[in-house]
Amino acid sequence: MFDEYLARRYRTTTRPKKEHYLVKDSAAIVGIGATEFSKDSGRSELQMVCEAVKAAVDDAGLQMEEIDGFVRFEMDYTDEMHICSSLGIPKLTYFAECGWGGGASCSTIVHAAAAIAAGVAECIVCYRGMNEASGRRYGRIPGTPSIMTAPRDHFGSILPFGHCTPPGWVAMFASRYLHEFDATAEDLAWVSVVCREHANRNPNAIFYDRPLTVQECVEARMIIEPLRLYDCCVDTDGAVAIIVASAEKAKKLKQKPAYIVGATQGNATEGELMTSYYRPVISGLPEAWYTGQELWRVTGAIPSDVNVAQFYDAFSPLIPMQLEEYGFCDRGKGMDFCRGGDRIRLGGELPCNTSGSHLSEAYLHGMNLIAEAVRQIRGTSTAQVKNAELSLVTGGLGIPTSAILLRN
Amino acid sequence: MVKLIEGIPIMRPYIDLDNQGYWDAVKNHKLVLQYCTKCNRFIHPPRPMCPTCRSQDTMEWKESSGKGILYSYVMFTSPKMAYPAYELPYAVVLVELEEGVRIVTNTHEIEPDEVQIGLPVEVMFEDLPDGQTVYRFKKREA
Repeated sequence: MFDEYLARRYRTTTRPKKEHYLVKDSAAIVGIGATEFSKDSGRSELQMVCEAVKAAVDDAGLQMEEIDGFVRFEMDYTDEMHICSSLGIPKLTYFAECGWGGGASCSTIVHAAAAIAAGVAECIVCYRGMNEASGRRYGRIPGTPSIMTAPRDHFGSILPFGHCTPPGWVAMFASRYLHEFDATAEDLAWVSVVCREHANRNPNAIFYDRPLTVQECVEARMIIEPLRLYDCCVDTDGAVAIIVASAEKAKKLKQKPAYIVGATQGNATEGELMTSYYRPVISGLPEAWYTGQELWRVTGAIPSDVNVAQFYDAFSPLIPMQLEEYGFCDRGKGMDFCRGGDRIRLGGELPCNTSGSHLSEAYLHGMNLIAEAVRQIRGTSTAQVKNAELSLVTGGLGIPTSAILLRN
Repeated sequence: MVKLIEGIPIMRPYIDLDNQGYWDAVKNHKLVLQYCTKCNRFIHPPRPMCPTCRSQDTMEWKESSGKGILYSYVMFTSPKMAYPAYELPYAVVLVELEEGVRIVTNTHEIEPDEVQIGLPVEVMFEDLPDGQTVYRFKKREA
């Protein structure tokens, strides 16, 4: 069942013909909007989402009435019905939702771009709003705990063992990854340090004015061994909205379009919600490999064509693991790629996570990473890669995932 | 290790028609695994059909030797991220059984610094005051 993955040979015989991939260059990201990123927004998630959508519509130079589609996260506490009522959006002709937590981030763009290529809608909002830090939730009944996953998600078998939180679920993969490839906490620290360097250039980042050293990383308190404080993303209150429009419409709007060259999703068998421990290897992320292989296939691009990347980083070990799975280095070499930081920081071979990303900017389930990838194409990032032509974003890991490739 | 705090129940497994046989066996202090007699292959976690030959009638419950090695682990040290029924620190470990499948479990009488990948372990059972039976793994001679 894992022959393809283990041999790193993607079987394309059962894939649709490349020329049938209508998404390529049919749509573009035309607007981005966000609230401030904070630890306590003081307002509802619905209010923040409306603010972010309004900002994205203004950014694009659209009229609110032109919005005709919405793609939401299954996990979001808001929905298009209430957003349309609040923002006075008269009608929608397309709405969809994407599953699997942060795995949904680039999936929203897959749906939007496919709907646009199919002629179902022309201007689609993809969004995420969360009071992850303060817990001021839309629709939440006070005094009740928020349940992260359904017991069924793990075939019910892990519940009696106190294995109950996302850092723990990912720590199990990380523990094995560090063991197999002989990596240390110091090696891992470079990932967090580089993300922090980029955040220190970004005034909107939660950790804008807080530098971070390797020493501080390895001495930080343990969250769940082997993950320490700065290996984990920063819980955030905020919202981000991304507007996808047809390429034809994009040309007439205010901003330089970030054209969608490819948008792909991937699932792999023997999966569970962040506890896929039963595969031949657990020091890799098969979903990410499939998503990447399909992305390279439909776009015709290869990893070395990419100028800048935003890798989903709920936890630091996921960056070296993705460098391997998306083909930027060989298996087991992701840690070498990150050590010392030179290859992944601004000016390096592949500048990664240039806004500070989840580890240091904000944790908005991947949507802030998409906004940063768009800024790189527009030339407006605070850690701008010169003449960035191809900009990669990836979705949440340890779950069915997604990725997009943007071009100028 | 793994000491329970009195009065706080642990989470119960989610039992349905597909995994009932597994948890019924645990109740009787037996670790069983799904086995496909056509493919001669163990399967875990339990599911409705064999993912290799897609048969439903070739699946049976077969007792595991209960022996394996520690394949990976995490250590809960902070109350914020841990389930409140356990004294800290506690380890959640992934054991690779001799039958070739892995299971998530806890350790029994293994000190935190002894919890290392590669440690030979074997299953034991404990009946909890709330009527639930769980399995954990203790050290064994290699």
